[in-house]
Amino acid sequence: MPNPRHTPRPTPGRRRAALLAVASTLTLCAVALTGCAASPDPHTLTVLNSATDTAEHAQNQKFFDRCGAEYGLKVRQTSVPATQVVSKALRMASSHSLTDILELDGSDLPAFAATSGLEPLKPLGVDTAGLSRGALSMGSFQGTFYGIARSVNSLALVYNTDLLARARVPVPRTWDELLSAAKRLTSGKTYGMAFSATPDADGVYQFLPFFWSSGGDEAHLNDLKGAAALNLWKTLISDGSASSAAVTWTQQDVNDQFLAGRAAMMVNGPWQVPALDAQTKIHWAVATIPAPTAGGSTQPPIGGTVMTIPRTGHRDRQALAAKVIDCLNTERNQVAWGEAVNNIPTRTAAAAEYRKDNPKLAGFADAVATARSRTALVGAGWPGVQTALAQAFQSVLTGSAAPERALRRAQASVDAASK
Amino acid sequence: MTTSAPTSTALVPPRPAVRRRPTAAWLRWGFVAPAVVYMAAFFGYPLVRNVLMSFQHYTPKTFFTGSAPFSGLGNWRAVLDNPLLGQALWHTLVFTVGSLAGQFCIGLALAVFFNGRFRLAGFARAVLLLPWLVPMVVSSVVWRKLLDQDTGVVNTALQDVHLAHSPVHWLSSPSLALLSAILVNIWIGIPFNMVILYGGLQEIPREVYEAAALDGAGPWQTFRRVTLPMLRPVITVVLVLGFMSTIKILDLILALTGGGPADSTQTLGTLTYQLSFQSLDFGQGAVVGTLLVAISAVFAVFYLRANRAEFAGEQ
Repeated sequence: MPNPRHTPRPTPGRRRAALLAVASTLTLCAVALTGCAASPDPHTLTVLNSATDTAEHAQNQKFFDRCGAEYGLKVRQTSVPATQVVSKALRMASSHSLTDILELDGSDLPAFAATSGLEPLKPLGVDTAGLSRGALSMGSFQGTFYGIARSVNSLALVYNTDLLARARVPVPRTWDELLSAAKRLTSGKTYGMAFSATPDADGVYQFLPFFWSSGGDEAHLNDLKGAAALNLWKTLISDGSASSAAVTWTQQDVNDQFLAGRAAMMVNGPWQVPALDAQTKIHWAVATIPAPTAGGSTQPPIGGTVMTIPRTGHRDRQALAAKVIDCLNTERNQVAWGEAVNNIPTRTAAAAEYRKDNPKLAGFADAVATARSRTALVGAGWPGVQTALAQAFQSVLTGSAAPERALRRAQASVDAASK
Repeated sequence: MTTSAPTSTALVPPRPAVRRRPTAAWLRWGFVAPAVVYMAAFFGYPLVRNVLMSFQHYTPKTFFTGSAPFSGLGNWRAVLDNPLLGQALWHTLVFTVGSLAGQFCIGLALAVFFNGRFRLAGFARAVLLLPWLVPMVVSSVVWRKLLDQDTGVVNTALQDVHLAHSPVHWLSSPSLALLSAILVNIWIGIPFNMVILYGGLQEIPREVYEAAALDGAGPWQTFRRVTLPMLRPVITVVLVLGFMSTIKILDLILALTGGGPADSTQTLGTLTYQLSFQSLDFGQGAVVGTLLVAISAVFAVFYLRANRAEFAGEQ
């Protein structure tokens, strides 16, 4: 160890090195500061989205390039995982560096629109004619349209045609039929039914078609109409027709179970189609999710991302962004995009064409036609309702609360949080 | 090591303060300044902001407008009234104590085991380090598959050797999920405990053991009366560092159970995540964050006191 009392005297060489270090630090700081102040490139539009998947990112870029080229623009995407888009966008907002186009999950739109940080799209010239009711409602907040979805998804019942044929079970149309079909299809290591009931946005998305179809109201959980849906899920598990692991299975896990032949039917969305198509062992078909009673109807949720234009203060860039968005949403581009990502176009005419081209996915297309937006009733309050609903079905499925009690508690927690 | 600081100051003869030249004082402050600036910018500022935020109505709108009106004790009242807080506190306590006890006992046992010299000891030790190298999220995802009740390897193995006659609901039963999370965290934490304790064991001079053997001490007595007391400073470090990293646990639980089923694995870490990033109520999230910091601070004070007592004992 060197003697701690000995302090070396600075030699001229050392002093020069120190000066050099200080100078270079200062230059570095100056460079960093000017970097922040640099004005955005007028020929490049920026986009923040969740296309982290390589194929999806490339597919997106193709459409951006096609539409950007019409206006002599380049488009640069920044992609972060879906769960991080909101926090990333909020950070960008606080540093005034938001992108020209912000692609949000539809259920996050109200929380953003409520900040007055988004531009209404119609005054900027985005054409909304012919959009489906669900798509209009998903992109709106308090009557103003802020976000347009190129394509949307919903949920349907995907079933294993071989297993149903072998057990001579017809495709269930009502909840009673679903319960008995699931029971008859359960044998050995194969469950009759599979669904995802994780305590997050995806689990709630899966619960909604049952909750809404039974008359459930997300603004008044304690009217107890949703209890029937909780009972249905609970019965599927207590009958042994569905695994109690549903509370931990993601939608991806559910699809894996189905593909391994361990589930005869599942609730899932069109984004699973590539995985379903990539194999030949399991033969599958798509049907509408069963309704509570014969002649009743099913109310599935609508999901997907919407493109918004943040209030950045650059009027000319916003106008260009609106033009690019408009181009992405022409009937032709919507059909092409929908087919690329297995989602359903939002323009009614485009959806019809898509349905004609993809008869196998008609079940999904039909679901989207009547699908309802999660935020239509509760708007920016949706995140709280979502957490409460997840708590409700998790406590019912694990046997820690009866459906009625779970729903009353859910409404109480929503009320407490919004106080 | 820890002993060098007091001895070196003892060597420096006390100098009268008047003889200190002003430039020397400036120089001294200059050397301290980078550390002070760094601490203030990266630890002090966020901490103060977090505490302030817990008294503000901090919503997505704040990010656009920059204004977050003070809301008094509103956030604190809402969080303290939230029935989840009590559960989360309890789960955090059980998780932390369970994880630390498991990690430390197994880590210490392995460290003592490897302290004896035998063939392939180095290789086996290196293999045991692997869980440490795997990112936490990857471990959790793999364990989620292993613990799956229908298709998981753990249940298949248990049933094959007839230790369980029906599948164990590791992650889907509210009464077992927290235990599963603790077991996984123990597995993750063993290497850290083993490495540090092994290092501590190597520092204990062989002569002490020889002396103990000459005095006729058996293996258990040697461990209790020689190894443990001489290892005490290292044990304190291991436990305090383990505590700090365990109490704020988030990634493991998010990837393993997402706080479920039925909130049975909800901890302070997942609660603050849920409030801030799912409900987008950053003020309430900050309240839970502040509570976490406060709990850690209490233990940090204990740790510093214990250390000071040790220094005092040595001088």
